[in-house]
Formats: sequence, structure tokens, C-alpha cells
Amino acid sequence: MSTTDRSGTDAPTNEPSTATGEQAQVLQAEYADLHDERLIQHKGVGGAIREFGNRVRGGDLGSLPVVIGLIIIWGVFQALNPVFLSPTNLVNLTLQMAATGTLALGVVLVLLLGEIDLSIGSVSGLSAAILAVTFVQLDWPLVVSILASIIAGMAIGLFYGLLYNRFGVPSFVITLAGLLGFLGLQLWVLGRTGSINIPFDSWIVQFAQQMFLPEWLAYTLVVLTAAAYAMQLWFTGRRRAAANLSSASPVSILLRAGAILVLLGIAVWYLNTGRGVSVMFVFFLALVVIMNFFLTRTGWGRSVYAVGGNVEAARRAGIRVKRIYLSVFMLCSTLAAVGGLMAAARLAAANQSSGGGDINLNAIAAAVIGGTSLFGGRGSAFSALLGILVIASIASGLTLLNLDSSVRFMVTGAVLLLAVIVDALSRRSRTASGRA
Amino acid sequence: MTVTSPTKQSGGRPHENVLRLRGVSKRFGAVQALKDIELDVHQGEVVALVGDNGAGKSTLVKVLAGVHPPDSGEIEFEGRTVSIQSPTDSRDLGIATVYQDLALCDNLDVVSNLWLGQELTRGGTLDEVEMEQRSWSLLRELSAKIPSVRIAVASLSGGQRQTVAIARSLIGEPSIVILDEPTAALGVAQTAEVLNLVERLRERGHGVILISHNMADVMAVADRVVVLRLGRNNGTFRVSDVTSETIISAITGATDNAVTRRAAAKTAATPVPGDDLDEEPEA
Ligand SMILES: Nc1ncnc2c1ncn2[C@@H]1O[C@H](COP(=O)(O)OP(=O)(O)O)[C@@H](O)[C@H]1O
Ligand SMILES: [Mg+2]
Repeated sequence: MSTTDRSGTDAPTNEPSTATGEQAQVLQAEYADLHDERLIQHKGVGGAIREFGNRVRGGDLGSLPVVIGLIIIWGVFQALNPVFLSPTNLVNLTLQMAATGTLALGVVLVLLLGEIDLSIGSVSGLSAAILAVTFVQLDWPLVVSILASIIAGMAIGLFYGLLYNRFGVPSFVITLAGLLGFLGLQLWVLGRTGSINIPFDSWIVQFAQQMFLPEWLAYTLVVLTAAAYAMQLWFTGRRRAAANLSSASPVSILLRAGAILVLLGIAVWYLNTGRGVSVMFVFFLALVVIMNFFLTRTGWGRSVYAVGGNVEAARRAGIRVKRIYLSVFMLCSTLAAVGGLMAAARLAAANQSSGGGDINLNAIAAAVIGGTSLFGGRGSAFSALLGILVIASIASGLTLLNLDSSVRFMVTGAVLLLAVIVDALSRRSRTASGRA
Repeated sequence: MTVTSPTKQSGGRPHENVLRLRGVSKRFGAVQALKDIELDVHQGEVVALVGDNGAGKSTLVKVLAGVHPPDSGEIEFEGRTVSIQSPTDSRDLGIATVYQDLALCDNLDVVSNLWLGQELTRGGTLDEVEMEQRSWSLLRELSAKIPSVRIAVASLSGGQRQTVAIARSLIGEPSIVILDEPTAALGVAQTAEVLNLVERLRERGHGVILISHNMADVMAVADRVVVLRLGRNNGTFRVSDVTSETIISAITGATDNAVTRRAAAKTAATPVPGDDLDEEPEA
């Protein structure tokens, strides 16, 4: 690679042969990425807000709709029942979210490829069944049981990926077959008992039900998160400045890191006035952050977005497209298995309805509501968090109002429909403003 | 902007023969798409590949790009006989192909598209700073007019998208760049932009194979014109020596071999440096 050898930026001694060369040299005094006079630049905080406005008008909505939706939902439920935003209820919310949220995180990945996995519920149920049977009935060590469940999930994803790559069958159909098949396998694994209780004193149940971060640890994590964020912005900024590229000002770095510090700090403080910050919830958050890191900072993540955006382009760029599909199907099923373990631990049991009911659809709906496009190539790991927050909030709020699941299903359905319409509309306005 | 390439300076070893095809044939079932094709491309030379629909231009490109390995014939690359069996072979040799449909990822920004599949990393993570800086260097060197490298390529104009596609092909420092109909879908100003870019490629010392239907484009930027007709060579012309009418008649076969013979006689009088074989008339 010798592209820099010819770099115009760091070779200002070149004889400018023409008037434009001279002009370019003058411009080189400024940042290399802000040369073009047609580039509309927004400076300062006001500029950042204006640019954000332009992006939204252009159809690049990101997390905006779901954040607005969440504020409305919380406002309405709080108005209807003041218990809703109480620390107790919010702590419960964090405990309820983690398992399905983990499933949703896997769904985000397959949606980024423009694919779908309908079998996550069945896979999570199977994983719960394997845990219960091997740990409780066969007396395997807990860690071995957990590993067995996770490996089963990985194997299922591998199976899907191989089928998809080999036969080109739509993932919709493959995973629909998986939904039925692995539900059957779950029932078979559970055998006649149908329901197996997991001992309360096992650490996995403790983890899901009883473990909360000590206050000092929760605050330490908040400070570390904000500090890591600021450091990362600062180091990137320094490298960009050294490379003669525009970079974030120290003030804006401090503002952004400060905002994170304050937001997380308030959340931790509020949850701590209740039972505290659940370890299982922190585990889910960590999964989201790690997934976000891999999606945005690694070649693998870049490839996932590229395949979701234009498979043919990705293939021609030399990306091993089949490996990307395989890795994503495997990750999705593995996360489904992990989510199944979390759900079983929280329930302290595995039974025939583990992973059943609305879990499957809630996880898929969460990914979409959170802002991951059904059309592939657009979305973020954080949409799993935001989406499941919306769904869990609706469920919790309606339960507090003593409304039964009939209403819950209808409301969740309406919100999902709204999210899909927003997705389709923003896609249309992207096309109109040339961001398709 | 001046060219500062240390390796690709056209002044270095001028007109070194980079690519040399002899007797390349390819058939699809009953269709003989290519028959005994000869083609030479030199460093810093723009060779236009022209021909009627179905003449075999795209097939020849695909042979070079490794999409369709040839049935027979010899391909010499930088003096070595090579076999191009896959797109990876082609890319590893240093042949970059920009297909007509460009194949950009609309959801990704310019930097991501430029480095797609060959991202720079630093400690295992993407080195966005280095990639962005090099993107700017490359684009500026090509005098490309791209407002920002951090906007999605979907928001670029046709000419800008073509620019991104061409710039991307240069990331691996190829010796040969193949452009399949780069101006077909563009307006006047954007066409000029892309033709400018072809000039830059020549200045950087790349050998360029340009497929085009537009005689004006060909006459504007090409050094030589290779005409294909019904899967065979139908004459090679130096642009400085011919009129577009002559080329058109070679394409359509209107005056058939008389044209090629006359053209061959002309080019024989003023031989292209380093070029000896491909001016011979068709047998
Ligand atoms: N993959 C293929 N299978 C069968 N025939 C093909 C294939 N590709 C090209 N051909 C045939 O080869 C001939 C040359 O085609 P092509 O190279 O596309 O011409 P051009 O690009 O010059 O218009 C045509 O007759 C076409 O039908
Ligand atoms: Mg063609």
C-alpha cells in the first residue's frame, strides 16, 4: 500500500503547475476534509443542532423516533398511574428487559443483513430446556450445562448459515422451519415432566433475580464509562488533528462525556433508591456495547453493513459474503440461547412454554421499533436496548393499569406498525434527498 | 495538481508493456464470444475498446477480471505468463475493474466505500483517521469534486459516484484499470469530469482500458483504439492518426478489411513505441 507516498496533503513542496494547484495549496492550510466550498459546514453547538435537523429532514432518523416515542409512552403511563416511574417499577423493568433484549440484539444483526430469524423464541426455549435437564436432572456442573445450551445455539445458527449459503433458501423459510422444529426438540428434551424447576440457590438464578451492583461499583462504572468515552473522543481528535483533519473541540468532548456522566449517574442514583442496578441488566448492556463496538469499529462490522446494503458490491469488494451470513446467523442463535438461559434463570424454571408466547415476536418487534431497518444495512446495536425498553414499558404500564394481555398485544402491535411506517417513510425521504 | 508517484512516473520507464494478450478465445456453448484476441496495454496508456453490441467487449473485460477464465490463449502480465482464474487472481495481479453498475454500497459513506474489503486497521480496529486522510489525498490527486467523504454515497451525483468507484479501484495500486462504459449514464459536465479522471489515471502511470460507445469520448482521451467485431480483432488505431469515421466503419464492418489494412499501413509508418505485433492486419 503506497497511497500516502503520493499524498498531496503532506507534500506541500510540490510545484503547483497551475492556478488551481496554487489555490489548492492555499486551502491545504485548512483541514483536509473541509476544503470543498460546496460542503455546507455547521460550526459550534448551534451548528451541530442545525446539522442534526438537516439529517432528520433527509430521512436519517437514527434513534430519534424511538426516543420521542419512549418519552411519550413514559409520560402517558406516569400520568395514568404514578407508580409507573417509581424506582421499584423501573428496577422490575430492567429485570424484565434483559432476556428478550438479548434476543433482540441477535435480531438486529440478521436485520442488518436484510434477513430475519423467526426461530429465536424456540431456540431460547430449547436452550432453557437443555439447561434444566442437564443441570437439574443429569446433575451436570452448572457451567457445563450453560456451555451445552450455548453450543446448541451456535450449532443451530451454523446449520441455518450453511443451509442459507448452500441452497439460497430465504432465511424467512429456514427459520420458520426452525421455529417448529426446535420447539419440537424443546418439548422432546423436557420429556414427560414438562416443567423443571431450577434451584433457587444456584448462582444463575441468583444472578437473574437477586444480584445487584453495590452502589460504589455502579457509580464507578458510570464514571469509567464516561471517562472511556471522553478519552476515546480525545485520542481520535488528536490523531485527526495530526492528520490535518477537522476534530471535535475539547469543549464539545467535555459536553458529550458530561452528558453521558449525568444521564447515567441520575439513572443509577434513581435505581439505587429502589433495589439497585441489576447485574443481569448490566450484563445485557455490556452485550449491547460490545456488539456496537464490533459493528462500528471492526472490518467484520463494516462487512455486515456492506452486505446488508448491497450484497453484490460487497462480494466484488472481496468480502467473503458467505462467512458474514454464517457468522451473523450463528451470533443470532447464540444470543437467543443466552437470552433463553437468562429467561429460565429469572423464572427459576424451564417448561414447555419457555421461549413461547410473545417472546419471539417481542424480540423482533423490539429490533424494528428501536430503529433497525427491515430493508437491511441500517441500524445499530442500541436499537435492541431502546426497542425492548419501549416494549417492556408498554407491558409494564398496561399491567399497572390492570389491563390484560389482549390490550397489551394490540398496543404493542400498533407501536410496531408505527415503527415500520416510520422506517418506510424515512427510507422514502432518504431516496428523495439522495441518501437512499 | 502534480503527480508525485515515485513508482508510477510516466517519465520513468515510459510505455513499458504491462498487459499482453495473444490468441485469447472464449466460447459460451455455441457462441464464440472471443476468437484469437490480441491486446496490448502499456504503462500510462489509455486503450479504448470499442465494438458493436455483442462484439465481445464485456466478455474480454470479464476474462481479464477473472469472471470468465479464457478457453485458450496467453495472457502476459508485466512480462510473465499468468493465468487468471478468479477475481482474486485478477486483483492480486494488479488489474482493477470498474463495472458499469459501479457496485457501491449506498448506505455507507465515501471512505467506507473506498476501503471496502481492504480496510486499514490499527490494533485490530478500523483506522478511520488514516483511511479518511488517504481518501482525501487520493481524491485530491484525482482532482475529484467530492464535497465530503463522510456522506453516504447515495447522496452523490452520477459523476461523483463514478469518481468514487474509480478512486476505489486505485486503492490497491493496480497497474491496469478497466473502465466499463464509465460515461454511459452521465450528463455533459459529469462526462467531462470522468474523462478528466481518465487523464489523471494516465498521468499516474496506470494502463487504462476504456470501454465506450461514445466516439467523442474515445477521441478525447484514448491513445489507441482497439476495435472488436463479432468476437475478433478488427483493427488497432492510434487516435492521432485516424478520424472517428474510420473507427466507426471498422466497428460496423462497412468497409471491412480495407479499413483495417489502410489503418495498419498507417500505424506501421508511425509505430506506437514498444508496440510491434498488434498493428498487423487481420488475416
Ligand atoms: N455468460 C454468457 N453466456 C452465454 N453467452 C454469453 C455470455 N456472455 C456473453 N455472451 C455472448 O457473447 C457475445 C459477446 O457478448 P458481450 O461480450 O457482452 O458483448 P459486448 O459487451 O461487446 O456488447 C454475445 O453474443 C453474448 O450473447
Ligand atoms: Mg457489454
